[in-house]
Amino acid sequence: MQESTIEWRGPGFTRIPYGVYSGPALAQQEQERIFRGATWNYLCLEAELPEDGSFRTTFAGETPVVVVKDDDGEIYAFENRCAHRGALLALEKSGKVENFQCVYHAWSYNRQGDLVGVAFEKGVKGQGGMPASFCKEEHGPRKLMVARYCGLVFGSFSEDVPPLEEYLGDEICQRIERVLHKPVEVIGRFTQALPNNWKLYVENVKDSYHASLLHLFFTTFELNRLSQKGGVIVDESGGHHVSYSMIDPAAADSSYREQGLRSDDAQYRLKDPSVLAGFQEFDDGVTLQILSVFPGFVLQQIQNCLAVRQVLPKGEGRSELNWTYIGYADDTPEQRTVRLNQLNLVGPAGFISMEDGAVGGFVQRGIAGARELEAVVEMGGEATGSSEGRATETSVRGFWKAWRHHMGA
Amino acid sequence: MVDVLAICAFHAAYAHAIDSDELERWPSFFTERCHYRITHVENEREKLPAGIVYADSRAMLEDRIAALREANIYERHRYRHLLGMPLVESADGGGAVARTPFMVSRIMHSGETGLFATGEYRDRFVLQGNRLLLAERVVVCDSTVTDTLLALPL
Ligand code: FES
Ligand SMILES: [Fe+2]
Repeated sequence: MQESTIEWRGPGFTRIPYGVYSGPALAQQEQERIFRGATWNYLCLEAELPEDGSFRTTFAGETPVVVVKDDDGEIYAFENRCAHRGALLALEKSGKVENFQCVYHAWSYNRQGDLVGVAFEKGVKGQGGMPASFCKEEHGPRKLMVARYCGLVFGSFSEDVPPLEEYLGDEICQRIERVLHKPVEVIGRFTQALPNNWKLYVENVKDSYHASLLHLFFTTFELNRLSQKGGVIVDESGGHHVSYSMIDPAAADSSYREQGLRSDDAQYRLKDPSVLAGFQEFDDGVTLQILSVFPGFVLQQIQNCLAVRQVLPKGEGRSELNWTYIGYADDTPEQRTVRLNQLNLVGPAGFISMEDGAVGGFVQRGIAGARELEAVVEMGGEATGSSEGRATETSVRGFWKAWRHHMGA
Repeated sequence: MVDVLAICAFHAAYAHAIDSDELERWPSFFTERCHYRITHVENEREKLPAGIVYADSRAMLEDRIAALREANIYERHRYRHLLGMPLVESADGGGAVARTPFMVSRIMHSGETGLFATGEYRDRFVLQGNRLLLAERVVVCDSTVTDTLLALPL
């Protein structure tokens, strides 16, 4: 494969060449080195595989994957691709199966992804059939290693990937545990098609600088302001992050008004504030926690609005964002209603996140014809470590540290 | 007795309000306590309650419009609603239950028109005075994928 010709000026992560957001060669390398490389891809929730034989189809990057629970209670994942001619094995998004049979020529596979049957393997009436040397064990879709953590199911194509908890590191594990400390239930799923490269969305998630500047809702209703108590955690690899903050009405300040920022609008009020009405469910006072795992997983707690997001590349200039909204299995009806109301903040029509869907496209269109130029990612200095303030791009730099490491760039 | 024609006339006025940028009139098609939700066929099939938009009062719909006008950032665009014939499931002097297929195309400020959404309105109407109002509208989209952003109401 042709090596991509991106030029990185210097070893740092404060200048991102615009060339990394387009180009087919680079997109292909990412599939190989990142999504099929030594990383863990989020696949689904354990709660989505309730019974033996329950399966879901998903993706690791662009590679189609089947995740299935066998009757040994284990979860298996393999490419959603028949070993014969490459047709998809599972066509539905989810369901329950005894085994998988390819529709094309009826080759069949067990729930662990082993090829167990070849139609007319011995031919018909002594004619045709597979050669005697054909050995089913040697053929099958590629399998992923599967690891589960707090009800999340991750998969990896690489033998070189560290165990999941080591990959995540202590601090990220603790912050996942904090939200997923008891069984969850899916309350809705939505897919958002984004007109931009997948990395622009991941950067947006990690960018704690933009949140209260772009999103008037966050700022005006004091859901998230850079002046609030909070911080950014970046793991050793740079690839995972947590940004968190605490609403503290007593600490309301005038820093936004003094700079004349659009996002602080004192005139703006809601007629029905139920979209903001919540209850305290975490005793550490953290009212907002956005967590990401390299390459494309996000766990979100915005007040009582809980969701996991999966970011998937769909070619160089497009991506898909899969939202899975969750509540706890033991929610009271009132708590469920609060979550349903607060979900107005997120998703493709979200008071907050509709804007994130739009800005990725603004950047993608803005950088056309500027491959030789670069973005400035210098807020908060050059470091990629954790930080107490959130007026920093430290976790965006961290992403590039991890990306360059995996890409060998 | 609420009839098909009355429902058709309601739909025409509703679609016109949105498509001609009279968004402030949109909440007035609903009763004060109401349910409005945008979802898609798969969530409905699995009875998953969350919506892309979820409101249970007219005031929440008014807040949506205020947010679009004053708070949210998005590129200018408009919709064109095309509504099919309502399938009336029940109707009496007090209201009606009906489902109506829709197609909505989106016209971007840059000039392109594209098919944005198709689906079905699942409606419960009530007659208040001599005005027909929506007590419930569940917008069930056929596609599970929504393009970038869904700003204007469906
Ligand atoms: S492609 Fe699957 S059996 Fe032929
Ligand atoms: Fe954002």
